[in-house]
Amino acid sequence: MAEIQQKDGKQQKGKQKKVHLRVDFTPMVDMNMLLITFFMLATTMIKPQTMEISMPAKDLPNDPKNQTEVKESKAVTILLGKDHKVYYFLGKPNLAQPILKTTDFSPKGLRAVLLDKNRDVVVQINELKQKKMNLQISKDDYDKKVSELKNGKETPQVVIRASDGATYSDLVNALDEMQICSIGKYMIDDFGKDDAKMFQNSNVPVK
Amino acid sequence: MGKIKVKRKSTFIDMTAMSDVTVLLLTFFMLTSTFLKKEPIQVTTPGSVSEIKIPDTNVLQILISPKGKVFMSLDKQDDRQAVLEEMGKLYNVTFTKEEIKKFRDGSSWGVPVQTMKQFLALKGEDQDKELANFGIPTDSVDNQFKEWVRLARQNNGKDMVIAIKADEKTPYPVIKNVMNSLRDLHENRYNLITALREVKEEGKH
Repeated sequence: MAEIQQKDGKQQKGKQKKVHLRVDFTPMVDMNMLLITFFMLATTMIKPQTMEISMPAKDLPNDPKNQTEVKESKAVTILLGKDHKVYYFLGKPNLAQPILKTTDFSPKGLRAVLLDKNRDVVVQINELKQKKMNLQISKDDYDKKVSELKNGKETPQVVIRASDGATYSDLVNALDEMQICSIGKYMIDDFGKDDAKMFQNSNVPVK
Repeated sequence: MGKIKVKRKSTFIDMTAMSDVTVLLLTFFMLTSTFLKKEPIQVTTPGSVSEIKIPDTNVLQILISPKGKVFMSLDKQDDRQAVLEEMGKLYNVTFTKEEIKKFRDGSSWGVPVQTMKQFLALKGEDQDKELANFGIPTDSVDNQFKEWVRLARQNNGKDMVIAIKADEKTPYPVIKNVMNSLRDLHENRYNLITALREVKEEGKH
């Protein structure tokens, strides 16, 4: 291990004392290794990420101001079921003959459907992203334009309803897809009796 | 007898360089990292592409275990003490100075107010062991969770951020319950703590 040799050249009367000092630094390196191991295990440099959500206020259900008109052609309702299964239908629910389509969270599943519905906006947002990378527009400009595009007139409106069999990760994945597919209008709603009936009519396993 | 003579070489390696590197690594870790808070249960948060970082201070963290138990934590000790005292007044429980000090020193709490005094009387290690079994009541009969959040908001003002940290496997009804309690309090903006995940681009549109 590291050593330091000291030469003591003090000359005394008549005698010449030479003291060889060998200092062994092995314990110091041991302590260093222990401290590093402690810090590596007990601390973190990663700050956890968050997703911000804002929910609609719980006002009177018959308040006309709060009821937004949803165009049938632009509405997508996502129902989250057991075992990470995702079901969706477009437009108004048809209880008699429900056409519940099954999908999942892979890129070919829900994302393909949403990207298809939102194609124009996604293409425009990608163009804006390129411009931002090339520093042609500022970040504030980019943010403003993106939020304008996301809330545009022809963009799809998504309603997410989770059944009791779904897990938290299903909800977070669904919210994630909203962000990936650049969907500006979405809301988390309660899983109602109509939705339960749709599950029943489509033979979706509930328990 | 082998004719080959193996010369004994000196195995003296100078390790000065290695100790230099370890000292540098140690200094780096000491200066740049922060201690992890001790939480009642280990939670695996789901992944998301969101890259917004959680703020450091003035955060009310709601920890939800996969079994549906709810724990809360505030980072500032003074806030914790204030909220405990207010909650005590609401439920007619008075806390002694030692109990308040113990509560201040802990990081998160999760027992019903009525059993708080007995819980704080336990030793540190016992507290950690028992805490995972309790959880703040969130049922409609005795929604103490709602009261804690309300008092925390009252005490800390508008800057306080509410963060929900739940396990991947937490069943949705638990989350729905928590979110409904927050909606009743008109707390409509909150954050969900997630782990970073990259989007795999399969075929650009």
